[in-house]
Amino acid sequence: MANHRVAITGIGVISAIGRDVSEFWASLAAGKCGIRPLKSVDTATLRFRNGAEVEDYDSSRYFEEKRADFMDRFAQFAVIAGREAVAQAGIEWTPDLRENAGIVTGSCVGGQSAEDAGFVELYKLGHNRVHPLTIPKVMANAGASHLSMEFGITGPSYTISTACSSATHALGQAYWMVRMGQVDLALAGGSEATFSVGILKAWEAMRVVSGDTCRPFSRNRSGMILGEGAAMMVLEPLDRAKARGATVYGEIVGFGMSADASHITQPSSAGASRAMRAALRDAGLKPESIGYINAHGTGTQANDGTETAAIRAVFGAHADKLAVSSTKSMHGHALGAAGAIEAAATAFALRNGLLPPTANYTQPDPECDLDVIPNVARPAEVEFALSNSFAFGGLNAVLALRR
Amino acid sequence: MPDDPLTQRVFSVIAATQRIPFDKITIDGKFAELGIDSMDGVNILFGLENEFDITIPDEAAKQIRDVRQMVEGVSRLVSEKEAADPASAVN
Repeated sequence: MANHRVAITGIGVISAIGRDVSEFWASLAAGKCGIRPLKSVDTATLRFRNGAEVEDYDSSRYFEEKRADFMDRFAQFAVIAGREAVAQAGIEWTPDLRENAGIVTGSCVGGQSAEDAGFVELYKLGHNRVHPLTIPKVMANAGASHLSMEFGITGPSYTISTACSSATHALGQAYWMVRMGQVDLALAGGSEATFSVGILKAWEAMRVVSGDTCRPFSRNRSGMILGEGAAMMVLEPLDRAKARGATVYGEIVGFGMSADASHITQPSSAGASRAMRAALRDAGLKPESIGYINAHGTGTQANDGTETAAIRAVFGAHADKLAVSSTKSMHGHALGAAGAIEAAATAFALRNGLLPPTANYTQPDPECDLDVIPNVARPAEVEFALSNSFAFGGLNAVLALRR
Repeated sequence: MPDDPLTQRVFSVIAATQRIPFDKITIDGKFAELGIDSMDGVNILFGLENEFDITIPDEAAKQIRDVRQMVEGVSRLVSEKEAADPASAVN
C-alpha cells in the first residue's frame, strides 16, 4: 500500500480573531484576544457574558438567502473555511479528482442552535410545529454534506464527533486516508457554532466557563471561554502537490489517539501522554525533535495541570526546552472546531517562524511550569510541532506537523 | 440525624444526588471520603439550587470541599435571600 507524505496545500479559517487566514494569523502574531461580550445571544440570564464570537457575522456576505436558509451557522462556517482552503490550494477540479477526493469534518454540537430554536417554538411559545429544516440543519454531518455539494466531492465523506477532539480526529483520519492512498485529496477540519441560550445554560451548569477571560496555564485561571468558527485544510500527497506546482504550507506527519477510560469529564494525564506518544510513534519522531506544542490549554483548573504533567511524562528533560502555548486564550474554545483552528495556527507558526503566545497570562503556576510563551509571540525556527486535543469523555487526539 | 432542618435538607440532596444512604453523611464528611468528585459536586450544587431556590456563584462553589462548608454556604445564601425578600422565609 502507498505511503505518501502528506502536504497541507490550503488552509481556511473563520474565527473570533479573523474571518480569513490573513486576519487570523495577524491576530495570533500580535497576541490579539478575540474574547468579548457576546452579541448574538441575550446573556441576561447567564452567569457569564463573554465568548469568542465571529465578529459581525452576516451570512448574506457568503451565501444566497435560499441556500443560507438550509444551513445552520456551523455548516455555513464549514463551507466558508472550505472555500478559502480550496481557493488557496488552487485546485482544478476534474471528474476524476472529485471522485477521488474525500471530506472529514468534526463538530461537537452540530446544529444544536437550530434545535434550541425549535424547542423554544414548542415548549415556550406553545406552537405545535417546528421548522421542517430543523433535522437537516441539526445533523452534525451537515458541514461535510454542504462541503461535498459545494465542490462536487463524491469520495468518502463523513463526520466525527468526539467533543473537543472532533476536528483533530477528523484531520488525523483524513491524513491517514491521503497517506495510504485511499484518496488523492482530502478536505478536512472542523466547525462549530455553539452560541444559543440553551447550550450556554448547559455550559453554565457545568461551572467550567470563566466569568471574564481565558488564562491558560496562569495560576489565576478561572475556566474556559467558548468560541465558534471553523478551519479546513486541503491535504494532498506531497509528490502530487509538488508535481502540480502547489504551494506547500506544511505537512502532517503523524497522528495519535487514545482513550482515558477513566472519567466522563475529569481528564487523565496518562491518556493525554499516550496520545502524544502515539502521534510521535506514527510520525517516527523522537520527543527531542519537537520544538513547539499547541496545547489543548483550555484554561480550566483540571486541564492545564493535567496537560503539563502529561507533557512532562512524554518529554522528560526536553519539556524544559519546548515552547508550549494555548491559542484558545485568543480564539476561545471552539469545541469541535478547536483542533482544526489550532492545527492551522500550528502550521502557520512553523511556516512563519513565529510561535503564537498564550494571551492573558498573568501569574505563574507551579503546576503549569512549562515555557508557555506568555503574552508575546516569539520568533523561532521550529521544524516539528504537536497540536493537542483532549476531549470531555477522555477521547484524545494529537497531530504532528512539520514545517 | 442532624437537628437543624436546613442541614437535613442539604444531607437529603447529597444522598439523593450521590445515591448513597442518608445516614452515611455527616457534617464533618469530606467529599473525598464520600466519593464526591468535581462533577458530582456540580451535580449536588444543582440539586441545592433547586431545593432552596438559590443561586450559588461559581467562585463560592470552587471553595467548597466538605459537607460543613456546603451547609454553611447554603445557610448564608438562604439568609441573604430571606433578608432581601422576607416573604420567602415562609418555608
